[in-house]
Amino acid sequence: MTKFTTPAQLTDHVAKAKAARDPNKVRVSVCAGTGCKASGADALIAAFQAEIEARGLDVEVLSTGCHGFCERGPLVVLHPSGVLYQKVKPRDVADILEKTVQKGELLPRLQYRDESRQIFEKEHDVPFYKHQERIVFAMNGHIDPRSIDDYFSMGGYEALGKVVGQMKPDQVVEEVIASGLRGRGGAGFPAGWKWRFTRQAEGDRKYLICNADEGDPGAFMDRSVLEGNPHLVLEGMIIGAYACGASEGFIYVRNEYPMAVRHIELAIAKATELGLLGQHILGTDFSFNVHVNRGGGAFVCGEETALIASIEGRRGSPRVRPPFPAQKGLWGKPTNINNVETWANVPTIINRGSAWFAGTGTGDVSKSPLGGSKGTKIFSLVGKVNNTGLVEVPMGITLRKIVFDIGGGIKDSKKGRTFKAVQTGGPSGGCIPDAYLDNPVDFDELAKLGSMMGSGGMIVMDDRTCMVEVARYFVDFLKEESCGKCTPCREGLRAMSGILNRMVRGQGRHEDLDLLEDLGRTMKTASLCQLGQTAANPVLSTLRYFRHEYVEHVDHARCPAGQCIDLIEYRINEQCTGCTICAKKCPTGAITGQNKERHVLDQGKCVRCGVCFDVCNFNGVSILSGPEIAGKAKE
Amino acid sequence: MVELGKVDQIIEKYAGDKTSVLAILQDVQAAFNYLPREAMNRIGEKLEIPMTQVASLATFFHAFSLTPRGKNIVTVCMGTACHVRGAPRVLAEIERELAVKGGETTSDGEFTVETVNCVGACALGPLVIVNGNYHGNINTADVVEMLHEYKPATGEGAK
Ligand SMILES: Cc1cc2nc3c(=O)[nH]c(=O)nc-3n(C[C@H](O)[C@H](O)[C@H](O)COP(=O)(O)O)c2cc1C
Ligand code: FES
Repeated sequence: MTKFTTPAQLTDHVAKAKAARDPNKVRVSVCAGTGCKASGADALIAAFQAEIEARGLDVEVLSTGCHGFCERGPLVVLHPSGVLYQKVKPRDVADILEKTVQKGELLPRLQYRDESRQIFEKEHDVPFYKHQERIVFAMNGHIDPRSIDDYFSMGGYEALGKVVGQMKPDQVVEEVIASGLRGRGGAGFPAGWKWRFTRQAEGDRKYLICNADEGDPGAFMDRSVLEGNPHLVLEGMIIGAYACGASEGFIYVRNEYPMAVRHIELAIAKATELGLLGQHILGTDFSFNVHVNRGGGAFVCGEETALIASIEGRRGSPRVRPPFPAQKGLWGKPTNINNVETWANVPTIINRGSAWFAGTGTGDVSKSPLGGSKGTKIFSLVGKVNNTGLVEVPMGITLRKIVFDIGGGIKDSKKGRTFKAVQTGGPSGGCIPDAYLDNPVDFDELAKLGSMMGSGGMIVMDDRTCMVEVARYFVDFLKEESCGKCTPCREGLRAMSGILNRMVRGQGRHEDLDLLEDLGRTMKTASLCQLGQTAANPVLSTLRYFRHEYVEHVDHARCPAGQCIDLIEYRINEQCTGCTICAKKCPTGAITGQNKERHVLDQGKCVRCGVCFDVCNFNGVSILSGPEIAGKAKE
Repeated sequence: MVELGKVDQIIEKYAGDKTSVLAILQDVQAAFNYLPREAMNRIGEKLEIPMTQVASLATFFHAFSLTPRGKNIVTVCMGTACHVRGAPRVLAEIERELAVKGGETTSDGEFTVETVNCVGACALGPLVIVNGNYHGNINTADVVEMLHEYKPATGEGAK
């Protein structure tokens, strides 16, 4: 393929590539996202290739980006039928090709079953996928992220041809404003407004940044978008550069994401080769280059001013805003920064129009993009839920739908586990209790509940998750990640950490509860950047909804969730059937007993790792908590 | 002895670009497994930036190690998703088994135990990465066996 020298050539090429894609071609789509790779996808792909060749079949093996249902990986989807197989091993390959691909017979052992053992045949019928609406993830699963031809064949770069060939930069900006697209990286600021600021800012050079730092632990959608469809992000950025008048772009990716770095670098090289990037894009006066920066893995570097400092080669400390990056950003020049998922929405908005995009979601954005939340959001649904993975859902869906319909409910609910809370918004988000499960999920609703959208982490917690311990976890996390520049954040977090660490050991005081709230308020008003301003959220939201758990800890040294190890003791009770599994799994040999007889746990040897509780199928292990046990722990 | 030739090669790749310090440090750590002091001096000299600036970056990011690390790197994810599924118990078990704390290296130089805040495979938590191999859904009972794979073949282990 040679360089495109006019927008029309590109448009024409994409149209032909789309027409040439045969929807009836037999394809085996194997998820090669990070999750499935960890479960052995590479060996599986090799096995498919070898077996197809040995049998001389006309079947294409597609090594694709993340399909989302990581829990069940490695995942295989057969096209055109849409049959889904899960947890597939290389030894299953011959059967799949012979029975399913050649004869159309299904293999029940590889099919997905829900908790009630019902089988689901096709990918789009599986509840995990059925309630999703995929805009950003639409192509994941259908293309090889390393192939620009695959991207063309799904309509890729059509939007770029349209923008450069037919639209003025201001028109592009207006289209994005009209769509109501709001930033997916945390704060939900209207993307088009930011583009307009950058466009209107004075400056001979302007920059663009794609924020792929994804420092929010528990979230991995940006990784999967970059790994699974790098051209989509790139196309969004090129369109953004055209609209903002930027000549250079930077993608700041975490160093922990090597495959994302590889795929995006490959995409940049290919796009440059074809004249979609570089000097005189599509033969016009518009020029734009993109560089990849690997981040150092500090949470605060995801904050825009810290990220800019880091690209400039400095330590990643935030600075006071204003001036905002749109006025004074990278090297003092106007800079527009957006999150990966924000960029990835842009091509679809151009292709299908702002009205189509604004048709999904909440509120009315005809007057202002802040009037609602439009489009979809990808959440990383993880924690104590049956179906974990990445889910893309329309804005405004309820939490219940996400956790119970898509997520299949609470893990181990048969053993009595129940829903307690869902944590959204990352380390500075909040925990939402069951009373609000029917609230719609969008930027403004989550903020009302004392949490936030954040980058889309959604961590489900069950009755065995201690909320005091969760608050301690986030505070300790943020204490480590605070850059230390301003006092309220640095010292406030240190003080909170001291208090919470005492509480989980049963040494808290009742007055501490008020002190925590006091500290939180000060940090909110006086911290320099949003890290400090929001750092108290996990404490404040758990105090708001789960105060009784704090009270149990401080007044009675009791952990109601049975999790704080200084406050609990495991005991084997009369329900023990003597199945011996706990004795086998105990890492310290603390459990002894004869087959079919009630076992005994030696408290002296027990390290309270809880594995006996987790493996027991007969509720034969109890957790005791209360003053007498905490007293013993202190001895 | 630190092979400064290797360091020079890495620096040259970035053609003296002062803003590439972070990338250079990452490549040096990948090549040497840690950031040797001599290498950091060399980077400062070549890029003509003060040593304090190099050191300020090297100490800011947790991913950098200023001391040599073990042959096998055991990385335990302590991210939120892994945390609620029992990562602290898994870490405690690894620490017990190897008799070191997070951030330390065993006395025989075989293992370094590190913690990280999410590696982006949260659906499989708790997650432990050994030398780049992902081990998902690990519980305390799996730890001994998982580490055994990486232990040197001693009389007992080799049979
Ligand atoms: C402590 C902190 C961490 C952040 N981390 C990220 C991140 O990992 N990824 C991201 O896209 N935005 C992150 N942000 C938000 C960015 O500052 C910025 O608002 C965002 O990249 C803008 O893009 P958007 O408008 O498309 O959302 C973080 C903000 C704060 C205060
Ligand atoms: S929280 Fe452990 S991989 Fe993300």
